[in-house]
Amino acid sequence: MGSLAAHRLVTAAIVLLGVSSITFFLLHLVPGDPVEVMLGESANIADRAQLRAELGLDAPLLQQWMTFHKGLLTFDFGSSLYSKKPIAAVLAERIPWTLILAVASLCIAILIAVPLGVLAALRPNTLWDSVAATVSLLGVSIPNFLLGPLLIIIFSIGLGWFPVSGTERITSIVLPALTLGASLAAILSRMIRASLLEVLSEEYIVSARARGLGALVVVGYHAMPNAALPILTILGLQLGALLGGAVITEMIFAWPGVGQLTIEAIQRRDYPLVQACVLVISFAYVAVNTLTDLVYARVDPRIRMQ
Amino acid sequence: MRVATIMSIVVVGSWLTVALLSPFVVGEVNAINLERLFSGPSSSAIFGFDDLGRDIGPRILRGATVSCTVAFFVVTISVVIGTTFGIFIAWYGGLVDLIGVRVMDVFLAFPGILLAIALAAVLGPGVENVLIALSIVSWVGFARLSRAQTLSIKHRDHVTVAQALGTPVFTICRRHILPLIVAPIIVEATFAIAAVIIAEAGLSFLGLGVQPPTPSWGAMIKEGTRYLLIAPHMALGPGLALFSIVIAINALGDRLRDSLQIKRGAFQN
Repeated sequence: MGSLAAHRLVTAAIVLLGVSSITFFLLHLVPGDPVEVMLGESANIADRAQLRAELGLDAPLLQQWMTFHKGLLTFDFGSSLYSKKPIAAVLAERIPWTLILAVASLCIAILIAVPLGVLAALRPNTLWDSVAATVSLLGVSIPNFLLGPLLIIIFSIGLGWFPVSGTERITSIVLPALTLGASLAAILSRMIRASLLEVLSEEYIVSARARGLGALVVVGYHAMPNAALPILTILGLQLGALLGGAVITEMIFAWPGVGQLTIEAIQRRDYPLVQACVLVISFAYVAVNTLTDLVYARVDPRIRMQ
Repeated sequence: MRVATIMSIVVVGSWLTVALLSPFVVGEVNAINLERLFSGPSSSAIFGFDDLGRDIGPRILRGATVSCTVAFFVVTISVVIGTTFGIFIAWYGGLVDLIGVRVMDVFLAFPGILLAIALAAVLGPGVENVLIALSIVSWVGFARLSRAQTLSIKHRDHVTVAQALGTPVFTICRRHILPLIVAPIIVEATFAIAAVIIAEAGLSFLGLGVQPPTPSWGAMIKEGTRYLLIAPHMALGPGLALFSIVIAINALGDRLRDSLQIKRGAFQN
């Protein structure tokens, strides 16, 4: 167990180093002179020289890379070119909003996917199964920049149940969370169906049924825990799509999270801030996946034995 | 064949035809007609007019060309690079495989289309940069899949025999491994086409893709969301177009996978 955790952590560290290196090189992919792109052509020479020195762009590449990573270790991302505030402070304001949105979407996805997946697995190849399959096909096929406006038209403009955008009211979160959670719900319900179907043919399920236990008990206590492993894996991996999708969803609903910040930073050519946003989102993703791996290695003895 | 499959083939086929022909058949798509500003659907223009008084219908048809071109090139590039990479590291194994897997892990650590967004942002807008950004994100799925597949068959007898006969590595990979892993790759590629079409529209939606006035579904949906209150039809047409082609491709992919008995590919994220 200890060595498994150690191995997983070392792997995660290597991956994070790769992620931060790619993010570092993003600034060097800007065609031409990044300083000119950020300040505009009309900027005077003194301003350019100052920014170049601030970003360390006049230093050798290896030294720039070292400085960048030294900064990361102390949470020092430099300051935003637009607002002049330290990037760490800007991020600290935005991260909780994205966190709230991600957790809400996850809850909505689970609320939709579990009944749908369980129903489809208990009644395979029936009308219920087809309905679940169709809903899930719709869910994976509708992009969030289409679902979002659609939900706004129906529930905000048409029915007036929820606000169009912003964060003023507690119900503001419903539509963005639904938009973001829909495709996750679709994929999750398929996974739950497949995983449950496999488990339901096991002998211990048959014996539980033979002992006269109800369907709810058999599925809840005997089948689900054993089917949970692949479902958890998918959940961890799909959280990435969720975080990536948050960028577009936050734009649609003017949700003040890291995703919206990313796009704002891109529009202002505030590249250091763009780098920081990309890093925070990716690091969160890697952290969640590493945690998922470690947690179910603890929970599921079958993993520990391998 | 089921009705749903036939319908999907018809939908995808129609869009492909539209994508190929619209540059030649559809005339001027940027003609501005201020009298028709925001006018809704009518018998002469079933999708209505946009905020500049342009007819949305022909713009949707031309948008198909952009979507399909990007999808075609990105998936082709990704399949070639990803499959080559995956077979290569799986074949040599050991340290090569270890390093290769770490490289894939790094690319997979950028969630969803975040890396494509960042790349498109620094490279600047334009079709070529969209192609580059999406290819850099998409090749990994094929690499992971072909690596796993190659690992499972590289110790089979016919491969060992070929090796013993002194067959060059390239020939072994091309003639003895590739044909066996091509089925899951085709399924993966089908889903990848749908994913790339969505991703291209997503980048355009964020203003990082194809630039105006070139019609692109994502950009048209974005314009539509700005005028949701006064002209909801602006987002409806391009939205339906995008949704119909994506759902048809996904349905075909599901069907293909079921008939080839393959578990869902790695690209689904």
